[in-house]
Amino acid sequence: MSPLQLCLAFSSVLFAVGLAGALARSNAILVLLGIELMLNAANLNFIAFWRYGPATSPSTGVIFVLFSIAVAAAEAAVGLALIIAIYRHQRSIRLPEAARLKG
Amino acid sequence: MNSVLALIALATIGTAVTALAGRNLLHSVLLFAVSWAGIAAFFLWSGAEFAAFAQALVYIGAISMAVLFAILLTRHSRDDFAPEPALAGRAFAAVLTGTAVAGVLIWAVASSPLAAAPSPVPAVTVRSLGWQLMGPPAAALLATGVLLTVALIGAVVIAAGERPSKPGDPP
Repeated sequence: MSPLQLCLAFSSVLFAVGLAGALARSNAILVLLGIELMLNAANLNFIAFWRYGPATSPSTGVIFVLFSIAVAAAEAAVGLALIIAIYRHQRSIRLPEAARLKG
Repeated sequence: MNSVLALIALATIGTAVTALAGRNLLHSVLLFAVSWAGIAAFFLWSGAEFAAFAQALVYIGAISMAVLFAILLTRHSRDDFAPEPALAGRAFAAVLTGTAVAGVLIWAVASSPLAAAPSPVPAVTVRSLGWQLMGPPAAALLATGVLLTVALIGAVVIAAGERPSKPGDPP
């Protein structure tokens, strides 16, 4: 496998680990961390294609990663605030118990 | 060169799996910080020093601290971490889904005709990055700034909430 394919395989495994964690765990914080891991796997892809892919503008991949990290930071802040709000109502951050709005 | 990549990948994936499989939430977050450091190491290895710096600053510095504070604010009892037999089936299904997704992705990557020849590292300095950011992506940069401000205000509003209810009220 070429270095690009190795990097993409690394990112695929990391994405799958994050997906499995987000699906398996019932603790809201761990689910959020799994989602962050999937975002990080996407960042790995940006850098891998920037480094090994066909030549584009010299800093395109890095700029993509910077925007992605900024959006991930905003998502983490709002997610943690939502977890704290859920805790205030439920006295627990277990997601199966946060089903009050379920139809 | 590939052995360094393998080392980084093993450390990152290993700590991520251990963190997501663990029972202790604090240990999980600390292991996640190690995993994010591994991703920053990958960025350094690829020659994207500025992205590695941003990753270390935002993830290891800010997000892990925010998560630690969220754990401290929401820690109720040790029952939160007790093993749940009812969820074993869901965990098995999740691991199965993750394995299937990884298999499909790796098969797609391995069977794609991607560039095999190593290309030279693109030269990117902080100065050129700044000039690039002020070019076509300038509007997106401004929008990201607005997004971060709105997210910060929204997070404060959501987390601050209303006053705690009186003792006689239903929860």
